[in-house]
Amino acid sequence: MSLNIDPTKIKPYGDTLDDGRMQFSFALPAPANEQGKEAAKQLLQQMGLTEIEISYYSDLGEGFTHFVAYANTNISVDLTKIKVKVVDTPIMEMEENDKYLDENYGKKITIVGACIESDAHTVGIDAIMNMKGYNHRFGLERYRNFITYNLGAQVSSEELLKKAVEVNADVILVSQVVTQKNIHIKNLTKLINLAESEGLRDKFLFICGGPRISHELAIELGYDAGFGSGSYSTDVASFISFHFAEKK
Amino acid sequence: MIKLTIDQSKIDEARNYAKNIVDSLKWLLNDYSSDTIERTIVRLFGIDGAIDETPIPNLVVEHLKEKNVIDRGAAYWIANSMLATNLSAQEVAEEISNGKLDVTSLDAQPDKKIIKLIDELTEKMLNHIKAQKKFRENKFEEFGPRKKPSIYVIVATGNIYDDVVQAKSAAREGADIIAVIRSTAQSLLDYVPYGATTVGFGGTFATQENFKIMRQGLDEVGDELHRYISLTNYASGLCMPEIAVMGAIERLDVMLNDAMYGILFRDINMKRTLLDQYFSRMINAYAGIEIQTGEDNYLTTSDAIEKAYTVTASQLINEQFAYVSGIKKEKLGIGHAFEINPDITDSFSYEFAHALLTSRLFPDSPSKYMPPTKHATGNIFKVYIMNAMFNLVSQMTNQGVQLLGMMTEAIHTPHLVDRALAIENANYVFNTAKNFAQNFDLLPDSFINKRAETVLDEARLFLKKVSEQGLFESMSKGDFADIKRTEFGGKGVQGIFKKSENYFNPFMDRMKAELNLK
Ligand code: B12
Repeated sequence: MSLNIDPTKIKPYGDTLDDGRMQFSFALPAPANEQGKEAAKQLLQQMGLTEIEISYYSDLGEGFTHFVAYANTNISVDLTKIKVKVVDTPIMEMEENDKYLDENYGKKITIVGACIESDAHTVGIDAIMNMKGYNHRFGLERYRNFITYNLGAQVSSEELLKKAVEVNADVILVSQVVTQKNIHIKNLTKLINLAESEGLRDKFLFICGGPRISHELAIELGYDAGFGSGSYSTDVASFISFHFAEKK
Repeated sequence: MIKLTIDQSKIDEARNYAKNIVDSLKWLLNDYSSDTIERTIVRLFGIDGAIDETPIPNLVVEHLKEKNVIDRGAAYWIANSMLATNLSAQEVAEEISNGKLDVTSLDAQPDKKIIKLIDELTEKMLNHIKAQKKFRENKFEEFGPRKKPSIYVIVATGNIYDDVVQAKSAAREGADIIAVIRSTAQSLLDYVPYGATTVGFGGTFATQENFKIMRQGLDEVGDELHRYISLTNYASGLCMPEIAVMGAIERLDVMLNDAMYGILFRDINMKRTLLDQYFSRMINAYAGIEIQTGEDNYLTTSDAIEKAYTVTASQLINEQFAYVSGIKKEKLGIGHAFEINPDITDSFSYEFAHALLTSRLFPDSPSKYMPPTKHATGNIFKVYIMNAMFNLVSQMTNQGVQLLGMMTEAIHTPHLVDRALAIENANYVFNTAKNFAQNFDLLPDSFINKRAETVLDEARLFLKKVSEQGLFESMSKGDFADIKRTEFGGKGVQGIFKKSENYFNPFMDRMKAELNLK
């Protein structure tokens, strides 16, 4: 007999359907004793949790204690009502992509990429763009129908747009890895606002990526697409190729 | 310890190439100086403070450059001005900074008087630095030496006062060395910011005030725990010697101070970096500060198996540069890392071989081992295991300093709990495997032994090539970490100058004499 899961009311699963069991780990500025333990428990209670079990606590010094806890939630979510914006173009391998563009577009696509503003993390954008590629997938530089420019790290929004205009680019790729104090949002917003004010927003396809970027966030920020951690050159390349072939 | 069977003559040969590479750059180290070296001298005269956020040492050196007299060195001009005006060093510097004093308008004072004054000023500051060194030595004597591997953790809240709380907590859990992470992009500032940081980005600035605040916190908790807790920061970027001197004055114990990191990873001009590291390492040597090199970073941009030899080669070059500055073996923390893709079968054996090679090449040095970072993902549970494996390698291969991995490496700078769990992980592994390695001998034709030999061979051939074509040429071809840099490119290139006949740097002269350097 299989489990009778109701997708309109799903709850965390420990070992029994709908038990709502979850694990927690946090520190409190409280002593490592029964009083502190009670404080941790009350905190979880106020979050609406039940069957609270403080399974472990330890003194972190300086008046702090680490708690590990298990507790049940009564809250459920309706899976059927959840719609998330995702990039839904099919994914083509490099050779397939080259051929697809030969047949459906017939021109080369120029792509300019950079890790912008204060961010110096280039490994992500390199993984997407460099010849060598990443995890057995070649980077965009190797694609026959792409002309690419990887500007590297700490490129200002001004510089990036300037270069894109100069080489008559079709696509701008932006990487943002550091997210402290929402700096990635600030930087990405700066670039898109600058493009708007210079009348360049519709001249390029704007794509951003980074470990904390989602397609949903990208759209919200005014970009055309966003790619998160674990994305590959093939994902972006396919999105770009379909976009231009369909627009033609 | 587990022994590698390696032909000693190959090690000697590789070392010799590294020595040739460094020797061929002596002209640079002897005949040139830089803006930050001169600012360091200004600081060593006890000059400090800032006007509208610009540090006074910068204003003084800017003035000397404007007047085209920097090639004589800042020491001469300050001493001459002090004698001519009867003001203190700080007062002279303030007058210059406020535009009220033009050092070239003053009469030249008799050489003898100038030398006497400089000697007095030099003596005063060097005595303070020596007293700090002595204080540290006494503490280690009283409480006992650092354990091996030492536990090294970072604090990076961006607020120095939060950092102190986190550091003290870590010390209580067993940390031996606290690294205060610097604010993003400080390395590209051509000045050292002034004052305490409370809203830093990605860390706090390396400032003298921040050093002082953390030092005090660590001394307090150390006295309570009967363990001397070491403090470390980063003498890197465009202000290496200035940061070294601030560390010497405020008694930092360890300093990241790589010879080539700034060139490769911050695009700082190569001549500038090599000059700056020369003096900053000399200051560290003089102050008894342990330096650490940054090879661990090579593997974040290159493949950790394919390019393992570049780490070894760089370690050997870094070693020779360190000796030229007077660093002793026991104070040379050679860097390396555990960065191979964990999906690769037998990656643990590769890691083991690489780590063993480092301790074989530098048996008397406290090598600094770095955790998996690049392959850390949001799966904190897996990262925690990777860090345990890394701790095991370290214990079994006799590393000096273990920079602990955080399970949240891919997410945020460490939370209080992340750090505590990391220390617990290390304590557990180090204790349960304390004498484990003594039970094993390595077969000469085993995978691990052969892998270590291969890496050494590749490094040896690479160093041969670099010594034949020159370090500058190799860097311009991208031989290190796949990054290309040119001799005349990069940041800070306009901040170097050739010394004139009558240039002098009294601190460097004194340090060289006391460190027995030629
Ligand atoms: C390597 C590394 C560095 C190297 C970078 C070298 C280089 N040239 O890139 C060095 C040592 C220089 C460095 C410095 C710093 N780092 Co760092 N670094 C890392 C580390 C360990 C790995 C990042 C990485 O290379 N991942 C591998 C790549 C392949 O993954 P990725 O970037 O996610 O990219 C993939 C996707 O996101 C996507 N993608 C990314 N970009 C794009 C773009 C497009 C267009 C598309 C389509 C897709 C895409 O595709 C890629 C492939 O799947 C991470 C920790 C971690 N494990 O994530 C910390 C980390 C990112 N760094 C961090 C910090 C704080 C810093 C510093 C500020 C530290 C300091 N105070 O000095 C500095 C900042 C320097 C600066 N100005 O930015 C923090 C960021 C915290 C946060 N959330 O904000 C992290 C998370 C570490 C931590 N826990 O503290 N770092």
